[in-house]
Amino acid sequence: MDTFAALAHGMVVALQPMNLLFALIGVFLGTAVGVLPGIGPALTVALLLPVTYKLDPGGSLIMFAGIYYGGMYGGSTTAILINTPGESASMATALEGYRMARAGRGGPALATAAIGSFVAGTLATIGLAFVAPYLVDVAVKFGPEDYFALMVVAFVTVSATFGDSPVRGLTSLFIGLTLGLVGIDKLTGQPRLSFGVPELLDGVEVTTLAVGLFAVGEALYVVSRRHQDEKVEAVRGSLWMTKEDWKRSWKPWLRGFCFGFPIGALPAGGAEIPTFLSYSTERRLTKHPEDFGKGAIEGVAGPEAANNASAAGTLVPLLTLGLPTSATAAMMLAGFQQYGLNPGPLLFAERPDLVWGLIASLFIANMMLLVLNLPLVGLWVRLLAIPQAWLYAGILVFATMGTVAAKPSVVELTMLTGFGVLGFLMRRYDFPIAPVVVGLILGPLAESQLRRALSISLGDPMTLVESPISATLLGIAFIALVAPFVLKNMSRFKANED
Amino acid sequence: MTDSGAQETKPARRGVDWAGVAIAAGLAILALVIALDAMRIHANVTYGMGPQAIPIAIAIGLGVLAIGNLVNALRGDVPEREHMDFRSVGLVLAGLAAMIAIIDFGGGFIPAMTVLFAATATAFGRRAILTDLVIGFVIGTVIYVVFSQLLTLSLPAGPLERLL
Repeated sequence: MDTFAALAHGMVVALQPMNLLFALIGVFLGTAVGVLPGIGPALTVALLLPVTYKLDPGGSLIMFAGIYYGGMYGGSTTAILINTPGESASMATALEGYRMARAGRGGPALATAAIGSFVAGTLATIGLAFVAPYLVDVAVKFGPEDYFALMVVAFVTVSATFGDSPVRGLTSLFIGLTLGLVGIDKLTGQPRLSFGVPELLDGVEVTTLAVGLFAVGEALYVVSRRHQDEKVEAVRGSLWMTKEDWKRSWKPWLRGFCFGFPIGALPAGGAEIPTFLSYSTERRLTKHPEDFGKGAIEGVAGPEAANNASAAGTLVPLLTLGLPTSATAAMMLAGFQQYGLNPGPLLFAERPDLVWGLIASLFIANMMLLVLNLPLVGLWVRLLAIPQAWLYAGILVFATMGTVAAKPSVVELTMLTGFGVLGFLMRRYDFPIAPVVVGLILGPLAESQLRRALSISLGDPMTLVESPISATLLGIAFIALVAPFVLKNMSRFKANED
Repeated sequence: MTDSGAQETKPARRGVDWAGVAIAAGLAILALVIALDAMRIHANVTYGMGPQAIPIAIAIGLGVLAIGNLVNALRGDVPEREHMDFRSVGLVLAGLAAMIAIIDFGGGFIPAMTVLFAATATAFGRRAILTDLVIGFVIGTVIYVVFSQLLTLSLPAGPLERLL
């Protein structure tokens, strides 16, 4: 019942006119930027961070919530209408969604995506509201060695466990960790990897890295492989779903939520798993198997719900433990840090108005998305019609603007360009990008927890395995690290037997 | 159960992947740089780790990964790569370099954005440089005004901005 009271208080905060306005702006901006191809929610948050500098923390976090959800909705619009998913989690939506658009059923596809996202997102936010206090109680018992072990699990799962190549994933992670080293060591004041350049003493900004890797890197990559512009499928026919559509959608929505929320909450890096799980489940359970491949509405309803639920799920470890488990969560963490706030049990205790206001705003943002975006589909479609040349030129201008507003130094801009080249090379040579961002933001946190643990134990490394929590977590991390290699060798073994 | 779309099976290339070898070499050099930088730190910490411990650990990790990448490269175990349009990439990079130079020499935000916009649009295939310069100029000005008047954030000001 405590939670209800807290949530009610949060609602009061969230329903203040200024905060409602922020939520509205966030949702609108998030969708507009999320609709642009090649820009996923992580980059959307990164690009729009500077816009919130002058606002108070409560308001800007609410705007982030709006941007976060709006970015995801925009991404699914792109996936359905031009078969260009903005991020890997939208790939499943693109499979059936684009087919529906080709068959003239783009409206119902968008509608089921929006409503499914709303249903799953609302359920997930309720889940977040109820799970968070319990997790906070658990987190309070965490010592520095436990936090360190948890971060190691996050490192391993984000980079190695899921994805084609653990070696490349780990390489990306270590590049991120290296970037995290740059700057002054907080515990001793020693400069590391600054090579005498004073601007580097502040370290590498997460936003510069994210915007460089995602925006500039994507622009360079796309320009190097220029092909015909995809044709945008006009949204023909009715926007609304028929009764049949509703009947076929509601169970996939609920199932999508069940996949998305728990998996999103685990440090298991990414929304690809729940969306694809949802897709294959809907495919197996559908009463209209002949529709799959031609535009089956379940194939859009399920994955979209899973995607949204997983995004809300990612907020669980972020808010309760301060642990970002995806690039987007890392950007949200950066958003908190710019106000000197550190999400975690302390924040729940010290600034409950902030945290619960944020959670309540998630409900409101979800509702706004539903109400706003269906009628505005025409506007989003028109955004997609902008010629690619202007689109990417504009993206680069915004990327520069964001970086130069935060830190107007030539060194920063050079880093932006350098990270752009890095992002381009990583895309070309098939290295995953998210681990770099997670490495940059979690690396220093993990290091400080480790050093704290060791200095409390007076230099005894056994402290890492003496605590049952950290021992278990390190064990899980080890299994997660070794599993992909073992499984790969086993499948080679099997192939030889054939 | 086959992977549902998350992986595409591309044929493993025969022969050595020289780009992969270069990447492995790059990682090894990075590891060396980190290690050398860490070793020049002389910090005495009574208990626990000093600031040089983690960099050395990361350097070792990178060294191991360099070997891993090298093994993959020698095996030729990499997906197919498409042909790359270097000219366009170079043009975008030139636009970025010009933007940085303009800001560095105090030229201001708006001219820098103008050049960046036009260069990128041209790299993406447009052949209307004058129009793009104008559009870039307008966008740059709008952003500058919004940021400096509405949001009171400062962007690099050159002679043009001081007129506003």
